[in-house]
Amino acid sequence: MTDQAQLLPGTLDLLILRAVSLGPLHGYGILLRIGQISGNALLIEQGALYPGLFRLVRQGLLKASWGTSENNRKAKYYELTAAGRKRLQQETDNWNRLANAIRTALSAEPEEA
Amino acid sequence: MNFLAYLRSVSSKFLHHSRTAGEMEDELCSHVQLRADDLESTGMSRAEAERRARIEFGGFERYREESHHALGGSFIETLLNDVRISYRKLRKSPGFTLVASLTLALAIGANAVVFAVLNGLILRPINVPRPASLYGLERGSYKAVNHSYPDYLDFRNRNRTFEDLAAYNLTSVGLDTGSGDPVGSWIMETTPNYFDALGIQPYLGRLFHASDDHGPNSVPYIVLTHAFWHSHFHDDPGVVGRVVQLNKHPFTILGVAPPDFRGTILFVFPDFWVPLTNQEQVEGVYDLNERGKRNLLMVFGHLKPGVTPAQAVADLNSVGAYLEANYPKDDSQMYFTLTRPGLAGDWFGGPLRQFLSGLMLLAGLILLAACANLGNLFAARAADRSREISLRLALGSSRLRVVRTLFTEALMISALGAVVGLWGSIVILRGLSTWQPLPTAPLTIPISPDAKVYFFALLLALASGLVFGAVPAMQTFRTNPYELVKSSSGYRTGRRMTVREVLLVVQIAICAVLVTSSFVAVRGLVRSLHANLGFEPRNAMLVETALSMAGYSGDAVPAMQKRMIDTLQAIPGVQSVGLVDRLPLYYGANYTNIFSDKTSDLRPSNVAARPTMYLISPEYFQAAGTSLLSGRAFTWHDDTSAPRVAVINRQLARKIFGSVSAALGGYFKLENVTRVQVVGIVEDGKYETLAEEPRAAMFLPILQSPSTQTALVIRSERDQQEIAAAIKRTVTGLDSGLPITLRSWNQELESALFASRMATLSLGVLGILGAMLAVTGIFGMAAYSVSKRLREFGIRVALGAKRAELLHTAMGRALKLLAFGSAAGLFLGILATKVLAYIVYQATPNDPMVLGGAVLAMSLLGLLATWIPARRALNVDPNLLLREA
Repeated sequence: MTDQAQLLPGTLDLLILRAVSLGPLHGYGILLRIGQISGNALLIEQGALYPGLFRLVRQGLLKASWGTSENNRKAKYYELTAAGRKRLQQETDNWNRLANAIRTALSAEPEEA
Repeated sequence: MNFLAYLRSVSSKFLHHSRTAGEMEDELCSHVQLRADDLESTGMSRAEAERRARIEFGGFERYREESHHALGGSFIETLLNDVRISYRKLRKSPGFTLVASLTLALAIGANAVVFAVLNGLILRPINVPRPASLYGLERGSYKAVNHSYPDYLDFRNRNRTFEDLAAYNLTSVGLDTGSGDPVGSWIMETTPNYFDALGIQPYLGRLFHASDDHGPNSVPYIVLTHAFWHSHFHDDPGVVGRVVQLNKHPFTILGVAPPDFRGTILFVFPDFWVPLTNQEQVEGVYDLNERGKRNLLMVFGHLKPGVTPAQAVADLNSVGAYLEANYPKDDSQMYFTLTRPGLAGDWFGGPLRQFLSGLMLLAGLILLAACANLGNLFAARAADRSREISLRLALGSSRLRVVRTLFTEALMISALGAVVGLWGSIVILRGLSTWQPLPTAPLTIPISPDAKVYFFALLLALASGLVFGAVPAMQTFRTNPYELVKSSSGYRTGRRMTVREVLLVVQIAICAVLVTSSFVAVRGLVRSLHANLGFEPRNAMLVETALSMAGYSGDAVPAMQKRMIDTLQAIPGVQSVGLVDRLPLYYGANYTNIFSDKTSDLRPSNVAARPTMYLISPEYFQAAGTSLLSGRAFTWHDDTSAPRVAVINRQLARKIFGSVSAALGGYFKLENVTRVQVVGIVEDGKYETLAEEPRAAMFLPILQSPSTQTALVIRSERDQQEIAAAIKRTVTGLDSGLPITLRSWNQELESALFASRMATLSLGVLGILGAMLAVTGIFGMAAYSVSKRLREFGIRVALGAKRAELLHTAMGRALKLLAFGSAAGLFLGILATKVLAYIVYQATPNDPMVLGGAVLAMSLLGLLATWIPARRALNVDPNLLLREA
């Protein structure tokens, strides 16, 4: 567990959107999906997911409805709205630009004078 | 952010508060269960799995709270919380809440009432299609709205800028619906194109049109107002086609106008409309062919699309120039201005507008004073709570949050005040709109509180809440929590004026303005009650009738008038009976141009004087109590076969002859070239309004200038009830079909006094409100400062301070502020009363009674307000106070 990375502030929302973009999921499912697609490399406290989820619902990026899980438990399922899909695209682009820039900056070799 | 989604989230949370909370809880629990299921499948026991799941979930409570916030609605939540806290705080001090919200209720109520009247009379146009392009014509430097019919025809036919021009006149007729007993009705005589020019469609039946006009008396039709149809014909649709008698002439009811159209004058609702074409039947005379008879009350019409008022004026002026050139005898000053038709032109609308605007301003001042007052109270409360507030600040509450609480409290008070104030104003307005201020005229005040009024009150409440909430809020922003927690009390006594003191001075100044103006108004009213009217209304009864209503015309009129005078004279106890065509001080007067005897060119520019004209019987002066200064009154021999004679008043004698003695026996000319000899001179009186300057007046004998308009003045010392019954019997005995109104002259004068009474009443109410605010303001300030300094006073007393010194310390500052504010207010009040001079008789602020009264009133108010706090300061018991500390 110690090799898991702490989340950067603001990135949880992006991960939730990404996880949900692959299909409707309940909260616990989202956590599992994030673990799965990130290779379990990120440390997320389970409860921290929910304020983020509700925030996204309030912003109209996700919509929620009650359903039943595979093992017959009542659970709330989330899926992307059109606005959510657009936002995911934007945020992904932003993130890639930022990551590239930082990678480039960090990997730059000092040039000979 | 998707705003709709936000709103949905907030509203669902707000409306289904517990459900949302429950759902969230369910969801979090379901998460834990799902995790536990997974853990269980790895071989853990169920209990262990659930324990682990809960640990992995993290701080359940914390996330629940954060989720709650994330769901939105925290604003509403905080607001509700604030409201709850404020409610509790206000409940804890019911006295404060009551005083504060009542103060505001009075102020907002006063504003709502004045605004509703302003809205009904001035802001709202008359209820016709396309009111924006509807204009009335005003002529010359007097802005006269009355025009003659031939002039009207020329305006209508020669202008190129109006779609159409229509005209109307207000008059009364005797209406007989078949009972044989005619009832007096107020009607609008209109040109036949009236409804078409306005674009009015019938509610029932049809309306009359220009095409119905085939010369005099050819349009015997009437159109009922919806209200009259409702009240007199009980909404019977069968009235269309029914024949009724107007002044004994048959007229057919054509139709009913729509309910929201009540004529083209805002404050007089006629019963029905009659075509002007039939003037002879309605008024008993036909003078529509006389260019000099300007008896149309108003000419108006819609501008053609795209035509500006300036273009219309230029167009009318060119028509006017043509008329002046072609009819120099009759037409002068033929240049025009346009006016809104609803208020019968600027001669009436102007002063009304000015007065109502003035009243609105004063009402606004009341509200401002109330805000200053409440700001003061709130600031004092906030100062008392300064320890609480600084503690909250010190414990990490944000200033914004504290200020929000304060504002919530202020807004709650103002909302409460607005609700109470609005409720009161609606009650008052309901009363006003059904009120018929004058029994003899169809005068109404067309106000109904509409959405605009409610919105206005709401706006005022919000604005005032923010204004007086801002005072303590400002204090909070300046609060240094550290300083305040350290020292025990925030009260400082410095030389500099604090915000609260400035507020108090402003408030007192405003109140002094109100008190001064109401004094001026009351004083003016008292004076007008004691003015020399030129007649004696006491012990005089009036019988008014229009003989034309009962079908009298020609020679039958003077014969009937003489019979009425003679039979009334025979009633025991009657001293004298006089007849006049139109009573003085009763809805305007008749005017005529006269020329000096030497003038031979009788064009309007050579007029020597334009006196009011009365046609009277020989005994009129005696019956009216008008004193004859020199010469003689008329006799029954001053008839058509005798030389033409006149009696003039002192003012007219001075104006055309230079002096009373030169006037007696002198000659002047009437408009129709008749030479008239002055045989008597009477005292000056009031003719049109009580506020008028001395005016020229002329009296002509009724036998030489007959009129069907008949007002009989019956002077008797007998009991009013008795004599009234005798008069009624006598007149009915002469002709039972004659509609008469019978009342005492004092009752009749109500109409003349109406404007100044209303002005005095409204200003009086505002003055009392102002005085109340001044008292509570000074009281609040003095009481607060005394309570803050009780310990200091205790020490002073213990050290041997004398009562006078103590009083000076306790009250000096408050009284100084009072004096300062009053002086400023008095000065402003004197400036403001110039506006009043339009309405109130002799409203002059340069009156020692007014100045003295205002100063005395303010001092009394100050004394009253400081009395209780001063006593408290004097009765301070040093032992008790020192021990307490």
